[in-house]
Amino acid sequence: MISFACKRLLLAIPTLFVMLTAIFVLVRLVPGDAASVILGDQATEASLRAMRARLGLDQPIQVQYLHFLRDVLTGNLGRSLSSGRTVVQEVLLVLPSTIQLTLAAITIGIVLGLPLGILAALGRNSWIDYVSRLVSLVGLSFPAFVSGILLLIIFAIHLGWFPVLTSDSTDPLERLRSLALPALNLGLILMAYVVRVTRSSMLGVLGEDYIRTARAKGVTPMRLVMRHALRNGLIPVVTVVGLYFGTLIGNSVLTEIIFNRPGLGKLIFGALNSRDYTLLEGLMIIFAICVIVVNTLTDITYGLIDPRVKYK
Amino acid sequence: MTIEVASVAVSQPSRLWLVFSRNPLFWLGALLLAIIIMVSVLAPLIAPHDPLEQNIVARLEPPSAEFLFGTDNYGRDVLSRLIYGARISLMVGFVAILIAMTIGCTIGIVAGYIGGALDQLVMGVLDVMLSFPALLLGLMIAAMLGASLQNLIIAIAITEIAPFARVARAPTIALKQQDFVMAGRALGFGPVRIMGVHILPNLISDVVVMSSLWMASAIRTEASLSFIGLGVPPPTPTWGSMIREGFDNILDAWWLAVFPSLAILLTVLALNLLGDALRDAIDPKLRGE
Repeated sequence: MISFACKRLLLAIPTLFVMLTAIFVLVRLVPGDAASVILGDQATEASLRAMRARLGLDQPIQVQYLHFLRDVLTGNLGRSLSSGRTVVQEVLLVLPSTIQLTLAAITIGIVLGLPLGILAALGRNSWIDYVSRLVSLVGLSFPAFVSGILLLIIFAIHLGWFPVLTSDSTDPLERLRSLALPALNLGLILMAYVVRVTRSSMLGVLGEDYIRTARAKGVTPMRLVMRHALRNGLIPVVTVVGLYFGTLIGNSVLTEIIFNRPGLGKLIFGALNSRDYTLLEGLMIIFAICVIVVNTLTDITYGLIDPRVKYK
Repeated sequence: MTIEVASVAVSQPSRLWLVFSRNPLFWLGALLLAIIIMVSVLAPLIAPHDPLEQNIVARLEPPSAEFLFGTDNYGRDVLSRLIYGARISLMVGFVAILIAMTIGCTIGIVAGYIGGALDQLVMGVLDVMLSFPALLLGLMIAAMLGASLQNLIIAIAITEIAPFARVARAPTIALKQQDFVMAGRALGFGPVRIMGVHILPNLISDVVVMSSLWMASAIRTEASLSFIGLGVPPPTPTWGSMIREGFDNILDAWWLAVFPSLAILLTVLALNLLGDALRDAIDPKLRGE
């Protein structure tokens, strides 16, 4: 087991390296160069030269690359061009609010998705199966900003149950009320994934011999599902939540824009609008590292909970 | 026993047909998609107004008999803009997927055929690309390249390369050990010919089936990027940018955001329904019969 985990960790290193190189190349692909993009068309030659020197763009490309790798490895991602804070500071500032939203969304997705997926598998090809498949496909089809806007129009503007803008009051109840819609938006999309994976995984498990044996021994349907089928059926669901992480980040960007909520998504959007390429590059590096870490952890967790996974 | 005999006797395409024809969700998807394609092809004939024609007197009018879906901030007819917007969405989705399919299949087949360290490295990178949020990747690329139709297509195509490469790679590894590939090699065919003529035709149907699911995600990414402001620049009507305008007027003109939202939802749903049914039909594990 430990050697499996180590191998998986070692495999992550070249991947990280390639991703960082890709980001380096992508950022250098900016038409013109970064200095003229940052300063705009009106910049004088002298200020362009100063900006290039500040960004290290006057160095040969291989030197730039080595500096880039050194900076990433030492956690120095530069300073935001608009706020002057370091990229790491900017991220830490909004991280709690993003984590709150993410945890709430994951809870909603699992609590709603699991039972629906199990019911769909038990009643295969019945109306409940088609309805749950349709519901989950609708969930998968919603771009997060579309579902967000519809939720906003219906529940905040029309019915007035929730605030239209995220309040920054310290009252915990008020905060919870403004968290509800964004969390529901992300949670319902996650639910769609969970329903699908639970359904197909439960269908696989329900066809196994040991389930037939248990049924022949007279186990009640409730006990059959809860004790016998669910344990094995849940394994893929754990990994889908891990794999959904990337999508969750993308969707949280849109959700935070719609509900005007501070967070990583809002940070990216702000960086984009103010052409803050240092912040954008830094965020891209942080996301790449997060995705690689979560991927690796998901793989290792899969090995931990499923004794059948072979450690080659 | 009889079932086995039947499944041998029925040829591959007609067995697939049997699987679809019993799936109501397949028909729902096919119908929806047919309508959307018709609407976008016939746009100049069925659009009641010019999508670009501004009418300052009729600004932000709610839905009426004259303007079925209301008018926007410049007095343009929302329904007509919606109909023309279908063209952009479908075109961007289709071209981006075609590019991603070509590049992704090449990467997948070459990596699978050559194998070894190259394969490991390529798949490691593709794994990360797969789990890296498509929206963020597209957003970064579009932001770096600048907003235009061409750059939008490039950005979306790049986000969809990894899934194609994965789907092309797995069968390549199985196929390269088959007798007919061995025979080709023994006859002295070069690797390019073996990959292109002997391996590609055997996996292309899997790839095409998956492409309708990924076209759904490409259209979703296009709409999201347009919404953020990185899509086709105005005044060209796109669903994402229409929703953006609707969002800015959300308190007093609900119709601006709602109708394009439903259009995106229905298009992506149609492709997902189709793709799902097709995948169920070719994947023997899910068929469960």
